[in-house]
Amino acid sequence: MNPTDKDKIDLAYQRLREKAQKHAESAQRPDIAKIYIGMATCGLASGALETRHAFEETLAERNIEAVIRPVGCIGHCYAEPLVIIDRPEFPPILYHQVTPGKARMLVKSFLENGDPLFEHVLGAMEENDLIPWVMDFPRFNQEKKIVTALCGKIDPEEIYDYINENGYSALAASLYMDPNELITIIETSGLRGRGGAGFLTGKKWGLARSVEGSEKFVICNADEGDPGAYMDRTILESNPHQLLEGMAICSYAVGANKGIIYVRAEYPLAVKTVKRAIEQATDLGLLGKSILGSSYDLEISIFEGSGAFVCGEETALIQSIEGKRGMPQNRPPYPVQKGLLGRPTVINNVKTLSAVPSILEHGPEWYKEIGTVKSPGTAIFSVVGDVIHAGLVEIPMGVSLRTLIFDICGGIPNKKQFKAVQIGGPSGGCLPSDFLDTPIDFDSLTEAGAMMGSGGMVVMDEDTCMVDVARYFLDFTQKESCGKCTFCRIGTRHLLNILERMTKGEGNPEDLDVLEELSQDVKMGSLCGLGKTAPNPILTSLRYFRDEYEAHVKEKRCPACVCRKLTAYYIDLDKCARGCDACVGSCPVEAIFTTKDRKKGIDQSLCVKCGECMAACPPEYAAVRKVSPPEKAPIIERPEKSENDGQDHSG
Amino acid sequence: MMVKIIVDNQEIEAEEGTTVLKACLDNGIYVPNLCFLESMTNPPASCRMCLVEIEGEKGPIPSCTIEVREGMVIRTETAPVRRLQRSALRLLLSVHEVDCAACPANKKCELQRLSKFLKVGLKPKGFELLLKEAKRDDEHPFLDYHPNRCIVCGKCVHVCQTTHGRPFLTFAKRGFNTTISTFGEKDATKIPCPTCMACVEICPVAALTVKTDPQ
Repeated sequence: MNPTDKDKIDLAYQRLREKAQKHAESAQRPDIAKIYIGMATCGLASGALETRHAFEETLAERNIEAVIRPVGCIGHCYAEPLVIIDRPEFPPILYHQVTPGKARMLVKSFLENGDPLFEHVLGAMEENDLIPWVMDFPRFNQEKKIVTALCGKIDPEEIYDYINENGYSALAASLYMDPNELITIIETSGLRGRGGAGFLTGKKWGLARSVEGSEKFVICNADEGDPGAYMDRTILESNPHQLLEGMAICSYAVGANKGIIYVRAEYPLAVKTVKRAIEQATDLGLLGKSILGSSYDLEISIFEGSGAFVCGEETALIQSIEGKRGMPQNRPPYPVQKGLLGRPTVINNVKTLSAVPSILEHGPEWYKEIGTVKSPGTAIFSVVGDVIHAGLVEIPMGVSLRTLIFDICGGIPNKKQFKAVQIGGPSGGCLPSDFLDTPIDFDSLTEAGAMMGSGGMVVMDEDTCMVDVARYFLDFTQKESCGKCTFCRIGTRHLLNILERMTKGEGNPEDLDVLEELSQDVKMGSLCGLGKTAPNPILTSLRYFRDEYEAHVKEKRCPACVCRKLTAYYIDLDKCARGCDACVGSCPVEAIFTTKDRKKGIDQSLCVKCGECMAACPPEYAAVRKVSPPEKAPIIERPEKSENDGQDHSG
Repeated sequence: MMVKIIVDNQEIEAEEGTTVLKACLDNGIYVPNLCFLESMTNPPASCRMCLVEIEGEKGPIPSCTIEVREGMVIRTETAPVRRLQRSALRLLLSVHEVDCAACPANKKCELQRLSKFLKVGLKPKGFELLLKEAKRDDEHPFLDYHPNRCIVCGKCVHVCQTTHGRPFLTFAKRGFNTTISTFGEKDATKIPCPTCMACVEICPVAALTVKTDPQ
């Protein structure tokens, strides 16, 4: 590129920085407090909107001046709604579970009277002498935030916020680089696709660039559909510009002038946020014609998927954009050779593209230093299930599962034992405690029988039935099968049926062999990734928890007392308190009766095993027990006329 | 240009660009297949029957998706290939109403042929029989569709598309419930079927039949 181009681009970017700076200065009032409220979907679901209203109302009532700024999500789902208050004379303080009541209290006590209400503080966002710094806690200091670094700290609807954080500088610098040089940088960094398979991103870009043809496409795959996974959503809602920048760099590198973000329609806030981000970037000349004064044009649009899980598979995704039935196609040809409309197409995940700007900013060597040799960089997981500090976590690759679950996420709640962790969504596997020291990287997880997947992680405690878990995931994949190939269409249905029989106590020992063989066949024979991985939850749980399957089919027993047909509830008369009626009102089917000595019993013929009585029984008695098989429940005779029936006599 | 490939220790010649499946079939080497048609530029590879093992490639792969290359060494009868083919056939039969005597496809049915070739009984043990409730869809003015015979190979959709430039048939519903649909078209004047019936002819299992008393 000639030097005048470089100067032109640099100048255009410099102007933007100045504009952004001015914008920030006009918005900034050092004399008043700033209230940052996490308003991504997770925050909103926990009541962030009500919290915001409470702040606004109370501020108005008390006549206090403060700025309220909606931000994205910092990933601490367990503590939503999260609010950071940056008040003069104090460090910025992070508050957890800020209900409207707490919001009102904070305005009165903290903003008005300078009492930061220590009991509600999660930590300070900066080091100081007054309040513990968040970085002193493992949930914060063991994370390594690259992709999510700005999530929850900037306003996702304000492009200047991003530009002020050096945003779009990597794009500006890229535009006067040779595209091949860019590809080499990404290749050297060792960045691997975060969509699941872990293909080398630089290599993919290089392949697409080398294919002849003037029209090429870049697609961002944001069709996140794994149950319990929300990494992409959070990034889209919290920092959309980082993704747009990554996409623009990728498009420039491969020579594409059209980018498409394929995002699920079930993510309305993400769609809205990204739409707005595209408009803002186009207005400022960061997208569209002659980006930053260069000769490069790029148009990015959104395509809303209609919720079919299989459309996350890249060939089905392309079919879906083309307006066809979302059915995967045989590969090869790969999309980089023949993709959308038969043109070379790069499809990258949200997390992959979002990592690109920081790699260019800090250099490939910096990126390679993070993580492991074969899996550089960070991994983003949404850790959910039986874990104390559930949420979105970004860690360097190579951290062990144990560190992630027990140190960073606080371990298992209610003093329960860890049982298994399911990694990689419905296509992943369940790993038992023997694997807790497995490092989290593409190859180690695959070796253990799970997979990196796109980043869903479900932690399960001792009260989990592994047969039921396998059934749950198969129910999902079976429903989401597109129906094209024989193994997935019919095979997954049989797998599900067998598992359903087992959880109902109708399985037989031969089913175990059928289950295992058919799982292997579906894995080997299916056309696309969905079918090839659908049996993973079965194969891993059969490998690591075979005794549970055997208990289900041979003894008709569910060791975790989860499968309803194989479980009974009963009341331990030694523990039941005379005269206590806590469980009686909780029972929806009036299965609980009073015994002669005014304790309680459960009529097994009426009981629907909902577990309400167990929840209702005061913890100091904890008299309701579960047992499997149900025949083991001690029989408590219902008196012919129980105390309840005879109340009019006793009164 | 012709290339030489070795199939089951036998050297055969095939035109460059042909699929391994076609090369085998043209040379009298039968490879089970259900969804492949020569006229397809992009075979769906959905029946998972035409699996073969190719030296240097991992695991059984559908031969309809691979083009012949000079010197390719192919095996069509390995244990892994047969295991998957039998499994696929047993799966198809587990959703198939086996009532051959009453079926117009009897004796020319592809499932019967495969059952014989792969030595899998028509009523195999292991999987429960999962039949759909509706035995027949007779909405269409000229065709009857029999969901419990259909193997969802898609040949009918393909020939309809190529004959008429647009399909009057399509896949409908998803996953296990995938069927062939006629778009709910009941207006006989809008359908070219009476003079065509290409779908009925191509169907390997008589899942589409000519209505005996057209309305």
